[in-house]
Amino acid sequence: MPTEAFVYDAIRTPRGRGKKTGSLHGTKPISLVVGLIDELRKRNPTLDVDRVSDLLLGVVTPIGDQGSDIAKTAAIAAGLPDTVGGVQLNRFCASGLEAVNMAAQKVRAGWDEVVIGGGVESMSRVTMGSDGGAWAMDPATAYDTYFVPQGVGADLIATIEGFSREDVDTYALRSQQLAAKAWAGDYFRNSIVPVVDQNGLTILDRDEHMRPESTLEGLGKLPASFAAIGDMGGFDAVALQKYHYVEKIDHVHSAGNSSGIVDGAALVLVGSEQAGKDMGLTPRARIVATATSGADSTIMLTGPIPATEKLLATTGLTTDDIDLFELNEAFASVVLNYQRKLRIPDEKLNVNGGAIAMGHPLGATGAMLVGTMIDELERREARRALVTLCIGGGMGVATLIERV
Amino acid sequence: MTDTIRWDKDADGIVVLTMDDPNQSANTMNRDYAASMAAAVDRLEAEKDGITGVVITSAKKTFFAGGDLKDMIEATPDQAQDGFDFITGIKAQLRRLETLGKPVVAAINGAALGGGLEIALACHHRIAADVKGSQIGLPEVTLGLLPGGGGVTRTVRLLGIQNALLNVLLQGQRHKPAKALEVGLVHELVGSVDELLPKAKEWIKANPQAAQPWDTDGYKIPGGSPSNPRFAANLPAFPANLRKQLKGANMPAPKAILSAAVEGAQVDIDTALVIESRYLIELLSGQVAKNMIKAFFFDLQHINSGGSRPDGYEKYTARKVGVLGAGMMGAGIAYVCARGGMEVVLKDVSQEAAEKGRNYSVKLFDKAVSRGRTTREKADETLARIHPTEKAEDLAGCDLVIEAVFESPELKHKVFAEIEDVVAPDALLGSNTSTLPITGLAEGVKRQEDFIGLHFFSPVDKMPLLEIIVGERTSDATLAKAFDVAQQIKKTPIVVNDSRGFFTSLVIGTFINEAIAMVAEGVHPASVEQAGSQAGYPAPPLQLMDELTLTLPQKIRKETKAGVIAAGGEWVVHASEPLVDRMVDEFGRKGRSSGAGFYEYGEDGKRTRLWPGLVEHFTKDGHEIPFEDMKERMLFAEALETVKCFDEGVLRSVPDANIGSIMGIGFPPWTGGVIQYINGYEGGVAGFVARARELAQRYGDHFQPPASLVAKAENGEKFE
Repeated sequence: MPTEAFVYDAIRTPRGRGKKTGSLHGTKPISLVVGLIDELRKRNPTLDVDRVSDLLLGVVTPIGDQGSDIAKTAAIAAGLPDTVGGVQLNRFCASGLEAVNMAAQKVRAGWDEVVIGGGVESMSRVTMGSDGGAWAMDPATAYDTYFVPQGVGADLIATIEGFSREDVDTYALRSQQLAAKAWAGDYFRNSIVPVVDQNGLTILDRDEHMRPESTLEGLGKLPASFAAIGDMGGFDAVALQKYHYVEKIDHVHSAGNSSGIVDGAALVLVGSEQAGKDMGLTPRARIVATATSGADSTIMLTGPIPATEKLLATTGLTTDDIDLFELNEAFASVVLNYQRKLRIPDEKLNVNGGAIAMGHPLGATGAMLVGTMIDELERREARRALVTLCIGGGMGVATLIERV
Repeated sequence: MTDTIRWDKDADGIVVLTMDDPNQSANTMNRDYAASMAAAVDRLEAEKDGITGVVITSAKKTFFAGGDLKDMIEATPDQAQDGFDFITGIKAQLRRLETLGKPVVAAINGAALGGGLEIALACHHRIAADVKGSQIGLPEVTLGLLPGGGGVTRTVRLLGIQNALLNVLLQGQRHKPAKALEVGLVHELVGSVDELLPKAKEWIKANPQAAQPWDTDGYKIPGGSPSNPRFAANLPAFPANLRKQLKGANMPAPKAILSAAVEGAQVDIDTALVIESRYLIELLSGQVAKNMIKAFFFDLQHINSGGSRPDGYEKYTARKVGVLGAGMMGAGIAYVCARGGMEVVLKDVSQEAAEKGRNYSVKLFDKAVSRGRTTREKADETLARIHPTEKAEDLAGCDLVIEAVFESPELKHKVFAEIEDVVAPDALLGSNTSTLPITGLAEGVKRQEDFIGLHFFSPVDKMPLLEIIVGERTSDATLAKAFDVAQQIKKTPIVVNDSRGFFTSLVIGTFINEAIAMVAEGVHPASVEQAGSQAGYPAPPLQLMDELTLTLPQKIRKETKAGVIAAGGEWVVHASEPLVDRMVDEFGRKGRSSGAGFYEYGEDGKRTRLWPGLVEHFTKDGHEIPFEDMKERMLFAEALETVKCFDEGVLRSVPDANIGSIMGIGFPPWTGGVIQYINGYEGGVAGFVARARELAQRYGDHFQPPASLVAKAENGEKFE
């Protein structure tokens, strides 16, 4: 029997609006990570950092401020021992979850005792997509593989499934309302670590992207975000050539029902049972299993379905056995489609809102969702939660966690 | 080796290299050129100190014609290394020329297309003579190729990625010298060939230190390269928009050009030239370039040089044409005839109708003048040659008659009878009909040997094809005349024998019918439309059917069916027939002109969406067939019908079939035409036959290959 991988702690920064006027725009991504490492040590004074072997950080745009292996740089800057490694990884939007999964796999393999997984993304400072890459930037590759931006894929899902603008806006409103309720109820208090400056002054202590005052009417007035690039950019035509039975794409997604662009970071402390015992740390949850899968890369955002199915098959569970489902709210249609295909009851899905309300700091989100789920399992005294995200390239990653 | 480049050095030390291949009427990039240019560059380098500069020009009417297509159409994948080495050698010479350290000027005396422009692009300065007929550009894409002699690499560096793609590479525009100057392909123009050399020498003297911009310190690609964030932000839309434009059709050349341009912009010029070569060799090894070279070069050349015209008849020029019927077709025919230099008498039943027909030309000329394509004077001069009338006697002296009244044999007989004795006694009598047998129509006139079918396509001013139909009694002399008339009015003529529907109308019907059959089977109509577009047809089939109206083929079918049954034959019902009948008779959807067809139309007549009733009444949920099958059912239906046209003697030559199918009825250009599609199919004719049988097994016996084709497959022959 392999050793279990326990989660001993999971923390995150609040999410700042990902633009110049966002509160975290003046804060370097490395500062977000170092602040969380400091906090992890502060909250867990018995954590023996010499037993930590690695820091895995998801970053989706690993250039500039976020380039050159920001994980090892942060480990050095935070004063972790020289023996602590650092690796930056990129699985697009699931990078943060992938970092946690890999940390758990290292521990379960028995080759590492304690590993920190997490992610960071300062979207206000490093522009999404500015790292280039062959898929979008190499014409030969893009042409042959029917590349289209995610938003067009999200609109295509809505078109095929018949989700109207009102359907997706209604879902967006739900996200705003549930997030507002969660903040009002202080549901995130165990995870949120305010970002402070070198003088200890608070820069940001709550998610600032939320719009709890949203109304269906107001959401309905926002312009469709992907109609213009779909048409002028040629991407609708590309998608329709592959989805030949669809006559026209209905562009329903707007800034209001898609995930927000934000800055933020998250860390998850993963370790073996023995290491935890030795250091006197109390486990909060166990990483039960992970699954990687994928679906068509052009529609791009349906991967969570096969990933979830694979995870359930691996664990021998059904959706009824899962208490909470957390699917990253990249776009409203992604969640609605997932819910419909897997028949997930409303009361189990994204119960505290998600990225539509609070934002999606690409590399960090997956790790944030692990913390959010542990907090909620504890609050409800429930047992199992499934975290999953749709991912560029059509991938899906899913992780099952269990409260201990 | 034959030396194709002459060396003349003047007293000022300027070397003039004159390209003049003694074995050909035009200079091409053949092996003699390669060796000659190598020798010239060797000598330039050896004698560099005594040289002030270099001028490259040509002794032919054109500057240089480009690659040798006879070689290219033969290229096979196992010759890839040879081809790569050859083009690498060609480019190395030009690179040495542009880095010689002495000014090099291209004196472009005539057309510089393809390889010709590529040589000029390797010069530091390009001066073109603004003479009639000269064209400058890189039209390789129109033959399924890319400019692999440095054309992609240097235009990108000269003009920027986007401008090079849009103005030169992706469309393969053939620019007049003035436009080439505007686009930036040449630096200056002179009014005559004689002014070229003095001007070139003058420039050399003034620019002793000439170097290419891309070999100069601090050079950046105009408009930016992918490393520039602003350029990069738009880059993903390039391949997407290309896919949109090509509608997903099998056109590898534009994609290769875009790729070579963008990839080349990210590296130094020498590496870029190699990247470009690799894409060229890929295209040369592939089938599509061979198809397009066959159709658009060899077949077209065969037709234009009179391959289908009977020998021994003097060239004929029509002076005065009588056009009978001033409807849409007649009006268009009047326009093209006037532009071809004829006096035109445009006759209809009333003066008013005839005037209306002439107005069509007035509008076309107004548009041309407003867009600067012609002058008011020239337009008025041509318009003055169109005489609308209601009187038959105005046709006196006409040496050509083109009848374009409704498709009714009785009416056609009647209008010919009215003018037969009025026109010149030896006038050519042509009937514009798309389906009615010519032999029967000819019976309405006394001089049946002078009667011929002239099937124009709509809109006449735009469509390049003329299908000439030879009736049973049509003489060779008449056919020769008709052929000459086609060339006089700048139409590409194909010649076919008489039968109902001739070649083009018969074959296009099978394409549309197959599409409708798929809808009837339960395939989603959007899939059928995509399959048509992605097969490479210019208009998807249901859209096209709406334009043609559903009642037209219904009527033709009923007539044909009656004919078949009357002749004691058995009518085989095509799967499309019940659907068309329901559309017309039950749903009242007759096509665009009636505001409802396979599509819905808005108040303004614009197509809005597929009629949802199609899905409701016909689409079967979960009925899926391979998308490739959808495309090939349409292509095969047309190809098989064409083979039958040969079997029945309707078609006379493969070039006529290929060109007629592309220019007349929109058979996809990448195939090289409807017969080249069979020859070029994977596995050749045998591969085509095997696939036809597979389609027959899946979708019905109408895909069974005819015996004549099976025989060819068994004997390993091509369809020729």
